[in-house]
Amino acid sequence: MTAASAQQLIDFTYILAAVGFILALKWLSSPVSAMRGVLIGEVASGVAVVATLFDPQVSQYKWILIALIIGAGVGVPLGLVKMTAVPQRTALSHAFGALSAALIGIAEYYVAAPQVPKFEMAEIGLEVIIGSLTFTGSLIAAGKLQEILPQRPITYRGQNYVSLSVLAAAIVLMVTLVLHPEYTQLFPVMIAVALIFGVMLVTPIGGADMPTVISLLNSYAGFSAALLGFVLNSKVLVVAGALDGASGFILSVIMCKAMNRSFTNVLFGGFGQIHTTAAGAKEERPVKSATPEEAAAILSAASKVVIVPGYGMAVAQAQHKVRELYDNLTKRGIDVKFAIHPVAGRMPGHMNVLLAEADIPYDKLIDMDDINGEFPQTDVALIIGANDVTNPAARTDPASPIYGMPILDVDKARTVMVIKRSMAAGFAGIDNPLYYMDKTLMLFGDAKGFVGSIVRELTSGGGHG
Amino acid sequence: MPADFVSSLFVFILAAFLGFEVIKRVSPLLHTPLMSLTNALDAIVVVAAIIIAGRHESRLATILGLVAVAASFSNMVGGFVITDRMLHMFKSGKAKKS
Repeated sequence: MTAASAQQLIDFTYILAAVGFILALKWLSSPVSAMRGVLIGEVASGVAVVATLFDPQVSQYKWILIALIIGAGVGVPLGLVKMTAVPQRTALSHAFGALSAALIGIAEYYVAAPQVPKFEMAEIGLEVIIGSLTFTGSLIAAGKLQEILPQRPITYRGQNYVSLSVLAAAIVLMVTLVLHPEYTQLFPVMIAVALIFGVMLVTPIGGADMPTVISLLNSYAGFSAALLGFVLNSKVLVVAGALDGASGFILSVIMCKAMNRSFTNVLFGGFGQIHTTAAGAKEERPVKSATPEEAAAILSAASKVVIVPGYGMAVAQAQHKVRELYDNLTKRGIDVKFAIHPVAGRMPGHMNVLLAEADIPYDKLIDMDDINGEFPQTDVALIIGANDVTNPAARTDPASPIYGMPILDVDKARTVMVIKRSMAAGFAGIDNPLYYMDKTLMLFGDAKGFVGSIVRELTSGGGHG
Repeated sequence: MPADFVSSLFVFILAAFLGFEVIKRVSPLLHTPLMSLTNALDAIVVVAAIIIAGRHESRLATILGLVAVAASFSNMVGGFVITDRMLHMFKSGKAKKS
C-alpha cells in the first residue's frame, strides 16, 4: 500500500469516527438507548486511534505506546471514582483535554517558528490561549470541588478590570506575534499570561455556581479542540470539538436560565459575587422543629411525598439512606417522587447520578418544570440539603437578590419538612422565608443521620400508614 | 483566507448545528453522562498527538506530543469507563422489578 492510499484509508476511518460520535450523542437522548451510544463512541474512537498508529508519518512507536499506557493507567482510576467525586473528576478531565490541545498547538508553533504564516499564527495563538486558560481554570475548579481550595468566592475590588486586562494582554501578545513572527520569545509569555488568566477567571467563583462554570469550561475545552482541528486541518477534531463545544454551551445556557442570570453576566466574571450583601439583615423569627418520630409519623400518613435533594445530600453521602426511605414509603403504597432542580448539586445532572447510584428508578426523578404542577397535590415535600432552589422569595419578593430565579414550588405542598444542619443561611447568604411558614417543620441534623433515624422509626412500627 | 480554513469552517458550522439539534434532545436526567461522554469523544485529539509525537520533527515537539498523548488518552479511557458506569446505574422502575 502506498503512503497516499494509506492516508486515504485513515481519513476514511476518521469520517466513520465522526459519524459514530454523532450517533453516540443522538442515542443519549434516552436512558434506554444510551448504552448503545457509549458503545458506538468507544468503537469509533478505538478505530480512529488504531488507524492513526498505522499512519506513515509515525515512525517510532516505543514512546507512543508508553504514553498510551500511562494515559490508560491514569484514565482507568479516574473512571472508577465514587459518584460523589464526579464533579471534580469532570473538571480534571476538562483540564487534561485543554492541556493536550494546548500542547499540540505549542508543538506545531515551535516546528514552524519563526516563519509562521500570519493566518496560521492567529489560529495557533487563539487555540493556545483558550487551551491554556481552560487548563488552569479547570484545575482551579477541580481544586474547589475537591475542597483543596476554598469553595467560597475570592474577590477583590476592581477584579473584573484586572482580569479583563490580563486577557487583553494575552490577545495583544498574540496579535504582535501575528504581525512580527520573528519575536518568538513572546510566545511563552503569551502562554504564561493565558495560564494566569485561567486562574483569575475561576477563583472568584463560588461553589454553588460550579454547574455553570463546569459547563462553560466544557465548552471552552471543546472549542480549543475544534480550533486545533483548524490549525492541523483535521476535520475529525473539528467535528469532535464542535460537538463538545456545543454540548458545553447548551448546558451553560440551561444552567444560566436555571439561575436567572444572563450569559454575559456569566462570561464576564460577575458571578459568584452577587447577593453576598443580603446576609446581614436577618431577624430572629420562630421556627417549628420536629423529631424523627414526628417526621416518620407525618410521612407514613401521607399519600404523596416529593423529596427535594440538594448539594447537602451529596456532602452528607445520604443518597443510600434516602433510598431506604424511598423503599419503605413505597412499600406502604405512598407515591414518592424526586424533584430535581437543574442547578442542584455541583454539576449538571449531579443529583440524578447520585440517586441512580442509590438504585432509585430514573422515572421517579422529575425535572423542575414537570414536578412544579404537582406540589399543590403533595402531602409532604421533604427537602434534603437544598436551600436557595426552594426559596419562595425568588417568586414573590422583587427585592430579593434571587428574585426571578425559577424555583421548586415546595411551599405549595401541604406540609414542608426541611432537613438542615442549623438555621445558618445557604450559600447565597439569603434568608429563606420558607422556614418560617406555618406548615414548615425544621428537622435539625445531619442529612444522613436524620434520614436514617426516620427510616428506623418507620421500620420499628412508628407509623401504621 | 486559506482554502483549508474555509473547508474547516464549513465542517465546524455543520457539526455545531448538528450538535445543537442532537444535544438539545438529551434528557436532563443524563446531563452528567453527557458531559463525560463528550469529554471522551473530545479526547480524539489523541490522534493528532500521536502524529506530532511520531513525526520526530524536534525533541521539544516530540515531548509535548507524548505528554498530550497521555493526557488525552487518559480522558478517552476514563471518560468511557465512567460514562458506562453511570449509565448502568440508570434503571427504570419496571426494569428494577423484573
